[in-house]
Amino acid sequence: MKKLHLAAMALAAALVLPAQAQTEIQWWHSMTAVNGEWVNDLAKDFNASQKKYKIVPVYKGQYPESMTAAVAAFSSGNAPHILQVFEVGTATMMASKGAIVPVAKVMKDAGQKFDPNAYISAVAGYYTAPNGQMLSFPFNSSTTVFYYNKDAFKAAGLDPEKAPSSWPEVALAAAKLKAAGHKCPLTIGWQGWTQLESFSAWHNVEFATKSNGLGGLDARMKVNSPLHVRHIENLANMAKQGLFVYRGRNNLAEPAFVSGECAMITTSSGFYGNVKKNAKFAFGLAPLPYYPDVPGAPQNTVIGGASLWVMAGKKPEEYKGVAEFFNYISSPEVQSASHKRTGYLPVTTAAFQLTEKSGFYKENPGTDVAPNQMIRKVTDKSRGIRLGNYVQIRTIEDEELEQVWAGKKSAKDALDSIVKRGNELLERFEKNSQKG
Amino acid sequence: MEKRVVFRSAWLPWVLMAPQLLVIGVFFFWPAGQALLQSAQQSDAFGTSVEWVGLENFRNLLKDETYLASFYTTAIFSLSVAVSGISVSLILAVFADRIAKGALAYKTLLIWPYAVAPAVAGVLWLFMFAPSVGVVAYGLRAMGFEWNHLLNGTHAMTLVVMAAVWKQISYNFLFFLAGLQSIPKSLIEAAAIDGARPWRRFWTIVFPLLSPTTFFLLVINIVYAFFDTFAIIDAATQGGPGKETAILVYKVYYDGFKAMDLGGSAAQSVVLMVIVVALTVVQFRFVEKKVNY
Repeated sequence: MKKLHLAAMALAAALVLPAQAQTEIQWWHSMTAVNGEWVNDLAKDFNASQKKYKIVPVYKGQYPESMTAAVAAFSSGNAPHILQVFEVGTATMMASKGAIVPVAKVMKDAGQKFDPNAYISAVAGYYTAPNGQMLSFPFNSSTTVFYYNKDAFKAAGLDPEKAPSSWPEVALAAAKLKAAGHKCPLTIGWQGWTQLESFSAWHNVEFATKSNGLGGLDARMKVNSPLHVRHIENLANMAKQGLFVYRGRNNLAEPAFVSGECAMITTSSGFYGNVKKNAKFAFGLAPLPYYPDVPGAPQNTVIGGASLWVMAGKKPEEYKGVAEFFNYISSPEVQSASHKRTGYLPVTTAAFQLTEKSGFYKENPGTDVAPNQMIRKVTDKSRGIRLGNYVQIRTIEDEELEQVWAGKKSAKDALDSIVKRGNELLERFEKNSQKG
Repeated sequence: MEKRVVFRSAWLPWVLMAPQLLVIGVFFFWPAGQALLQSAQQSDAFGTSVEWVGLENFRNLLKDETYLASFYTTAIFSLSVAVSGISVSLILAVFADRIAKGALAYKTLLIWPYAVAPAVAGVLWLFMFAPSVGVVAYGLRAMGFEWNHLLNGTHAMTLVVMAAVWKQISYNFLFFLAGLQSIPKSLIEAAAIDGARPWRRFWTIVFPLLSPTTFFLLVINIVYAFFDTFAIIDAATQGGPGKETAILVYKVYYDGFKAMDLGGSAAQSVVLMVIVVALTVVQFRFVEKKVNY
């Protein structure tokens, strides 16, 4: 009796719903606080703009957590339609061919027009397979920039309107800050990303062979070049003199800048919103420092952040909704608004121009630093870095660099060790991917 | 002749044992079997292509010098956690046992930390010792001691051991307290009449009579340090600086859940399983001989 009742209800539902049914599209993301509100607003605005589809954003923990959650959900058939994956997970996603649908295919099947050339090449190139097919949708991209505390600069007798543009100038500024009693002149966020990866592209030297891994799975690490050794040695000396103070892995150093404890920091451009909201001092944004004697420097920096992947095994109607949503958020207006709001890069050239025209960069000095570092003609050495087992390689970079800052290893030994340990992981990844 | 009670029915014993067997089967043998299977496989993150690789995952582990080094780290960590956890809680239990007033409040407070999740325990200690903002780090600096677990391996190890011990003290404390209360008062009184001072009474009467409890706790604490502490490490140091606090179970967690290398992670948990089984056997074969029941 009960069963019959249920069946009747299901039938009724099936008959009634299609007329007005919205196709629900699950979107798993890792954005919190200010950025979490941004994601929810994007979904809300899209849902209000049409009636057929409903985007449901769900926060699933930090990047590695939401990826693990998606893996578990995929094997039980409950994967979301859209999954936000951080840049170091890109190669892993690419290798999981059965689990994803290339975004270019999703757009084409849905009849949406989609032009990969509209994207900033350092961004689009990162998410494009060697065969030219764009695999994931560039969403929140950031890059590495330099922040400094203008008040601290003034107090130390430095010109607050002139940021140090080269590493020797950074060292000089740090020495002055220290002489003025500053306990932490320079700190570093995302050390592997800012000091090795972006550093390489910025100086147009290889981080790894095969165009830093974009050109194939047989890429190998090259991060122990004389220039890399010189830079890490330089930082190690600064650490010894108390000019550079290590404040932890990932972005753990960022609070030390916001609190005013550290006067200079290299970290993500996505840090801008936090500083702007919470810092109680005047601050400046500047391009990443470089070595002026290196030919070709400064080139461009590499991206971080995340992209949106479309998971396999969903209904065609749902994929249409995904395509429509992607189309919506890639319009220059939405892109430009997102860029202004979050500090993430405008990922299309049109959005950058629109933002420039609106006068935003003039009103908010420093916000154009990140896009300017990216909108350049890239070289094979600077297009981006995409390696297998990248999550572990990042950790290896952390582990080895920490030993340099602690004075336990020389810069050369640590970098050699990164190359050796990294290559073991790359070889394994290559072997596994070829089998699969 | 030995007198034995024998079940006549063939199925009754099985029925009676079934609930227990089911629990062990579902929560121990099944996952352990899965780990064994996965340790011989390699797959992409989503498991869409699974490949049998035999012992390759284990060979990769043996080739990795840092993996071998983490055995040493694990030994230091586990021993420190077990020894200091057991001794601190024994002291606390002895005091709690002698206390006359407010014993209930005292005991309740000591049991609280057990309700704290390991990750939260890690974060709590991390905050207290954070080099720039931590209360304890600030105090240490005022005394002229430069605390920096971000770069100093010994400091980092001390931090995670403290957090892990703190979390486990309540558990040890409860067992010691129960053990102390089951020691007949007459024995201690007799020794007191014979003129033994409290210190001597403790070592010659109380401690030996507590040995079954101490032994049980040793086994439990070693297992705890080996398996249950990855959340503390993850929250407090992430294995750093370098690899100085990267114990075996942390790498299992990291490789499996963060780096998505399921085969490698499974191989490591098989290794870990073998170690803990071996350790437990050793403890029961040799240490247990010194225990008076």
